[in-house]
Amino acid sequence: MKEGLARVLFGAAALISTLAVALICLFLFANGIPAMAQIGLPDFLFGTTWKPSADIYGIFPMIVGSIYVTAGAIIIGVPTGLLTAIFLSRFAGGRISSLLRSGVELLAGIPSVVYGFFGLMLVVPLIRELAPGRGLSLLAAAIILGIMVLPTIITVAKNALDAVPKAYYEGALALGATHERSVFRVVVPAAISGIMAAIVLGVGRAIGETMAVVMVAGNQAVIPTSIFEGVRTMTANIVLEMGYAADLHRGALIATGVVLFVFVLLICALFNAIKNRGERS
Amino acid sequence: MLEAVARTRDALMGAGGVEEALRGLRAERGQESASKMSVIGLDLHYGSFHVLKDVSLDFPERQVTALIGPSGCGKSTLLKTLDRMNDLVPDCRVEGLVTLDGQNAYEDIPVNSLRRRVGMVFQQPNPFPMSIYDNVAFGPRTHGVQDRAQLDGIVEQSLRDAAMWDEVKDRLRKSALGLSGGQQQRLCIARALAVKPEVLLLDESTSALDPISTAKIEELVGELKRSYTVIMVTHNMLQALRVSDKTAFFLLGEMVEAGPTEDIFTEPVDPRTADYVAGRFG
Repeated sequence: MKEGLARVLFGAAALISTLAVALICLFLFANGIPAMAQIGLPDFLFGTTWKPSADIYGIFPMIVGSIYVTAGAIIIGVPTGLLTAIFLSRFAGGRISSLLRSGVELLAGIPSVVYGFFGLMLVVPLIRELAPGRGLSLLAAAIILGIMVLPTIITVAKNALDAVPKAYYEGALALGATHERSVFRVVVPAAISGIMAAIVLGVGRAIGETMAVVMVAGNQAVIPTSIFEGVRTMTANIVLEMGYAADLHRGALIATGVVLFVFVLLICALFNAIKNRGERS
Repeated sequence: MLEAVARTRDALMGAGGVEEALRGLRAERGQESASKMSVIGLDLHYGSFHVLKDVSLDFPERQVTALIGPSGCGKSTLLKTLDRMNDLVPDCRVEGLVTLDGQNAYEDIPVNSLRRRVGMVFQQPNPFPMSIYDNVAFGPRTHGVQDRAQLDGIVEQSLRDAAMWDEVKDRLRKSALGLSGGQQQRLCIARALAVKPEVLLLDESTSALDPISTAKIEELVGELKRSYTVIMVTHNMLQALRVSDKTAFFLLGEMVEAGPTEDIFTEPVDPRTADYVAGRFG
């Protein structure tokens, strides 16, 4: 009897999250799809002009902006994050390791607006000094996002590295390989599916980030031609204009959310595919 | 045989002492052989636990030496001391001398070169999660072999030496994890042979395998001793009897007795050895 009650309780809790996802989907598609249809899907996705005042809604610059910013974050965050994970897992002694780990955990807990503030006060002025433009740029957004994805990448990759059987490492040592070679040529390749998963999760984190990006990216709805120019992401597009948008403009912003949602779904599917492959081998 | 024993006794009584007597006995059995590796007065502690107590033992070149004894007697620990895998154990303290070709293995030989010269095959097969080819090529690549043709040659020869070339020659690029347990263990032997070691350590390398795979590996060890000095830890006394030339019996961290395998099994000197080989404990 008691067990039955617990079942219902847990079931209801589980249902809430599923229900939330379903409702979000429903809301997004119900409001976004008609707008997309009205604008015309090709014009919406591949139009390079975003001019709500003239009822022109092409989000191609924002799609490209999101991809650029995310790619930049990955270029900066992945090498740093992976080397940190390898260091924590295989090189650092107990004391340094626990100190660094709490640092990484703290990094994960910092609100994104604080990252944005940090970028605005430090990264943007630095870029303004050293490069052409106002500093509010693709590069600034990539740097800030590169730091923001670190906790995800480090934690997931470190878990994957820690899970590599000791026998692989010892087998390599027993062949006369150095510690470094054993780690980089045997342990890291053995953890590759977990490392890929870490990167994909980092991509997911980067593409969805809004506040920090809005604060440092400049937000011009134009495809940038250099990393020192401003860029607007899909998330920034929504948050900047939602406050005053109405009618088709509002619909176009929600449709931007639909496109973002599809990107996140693809990333999730990729993550699951990698995870399944890793578990099978 | 009796004659030899009589002569040994005479020699023991005489001025020549034990050394000469043993040499006489070895010569009689055609076992005159130099030591490839030796441990002399070896004491090993894990923290405050005294694992090996004043062990002295010679490992004759191009022969198979078996280390036997009940679980926890220190035989695997001794094996790991020979290629310094014990370095990985925190709080492990090694005192005494370990020699390879008369050189101090802990001071005169860099650890990576010691491990190249003294290969090890573990209890559980541990092929790397990569292709069969890459597994075997890992060692040579580690030691600087880059040339493709040369690597191909080493891989083929090592797999032939491990008696599995014909089984895997058509799937060298397939993952090693797809092999059966027995094949994986022979692959690990091939991988160890690919760096051209001088000594091969087998740490209960058949205990996780089925009888047919075990028989194959035993046969292989018989072949390998033509070129390599083999030192094996085994729980299986019949295996020691079948495969080894020399046997050392360990109990609670002490080496109770060592000698030609036949003697250890048929006429052990120490009653504890006699009890163990007769299956009365362990």
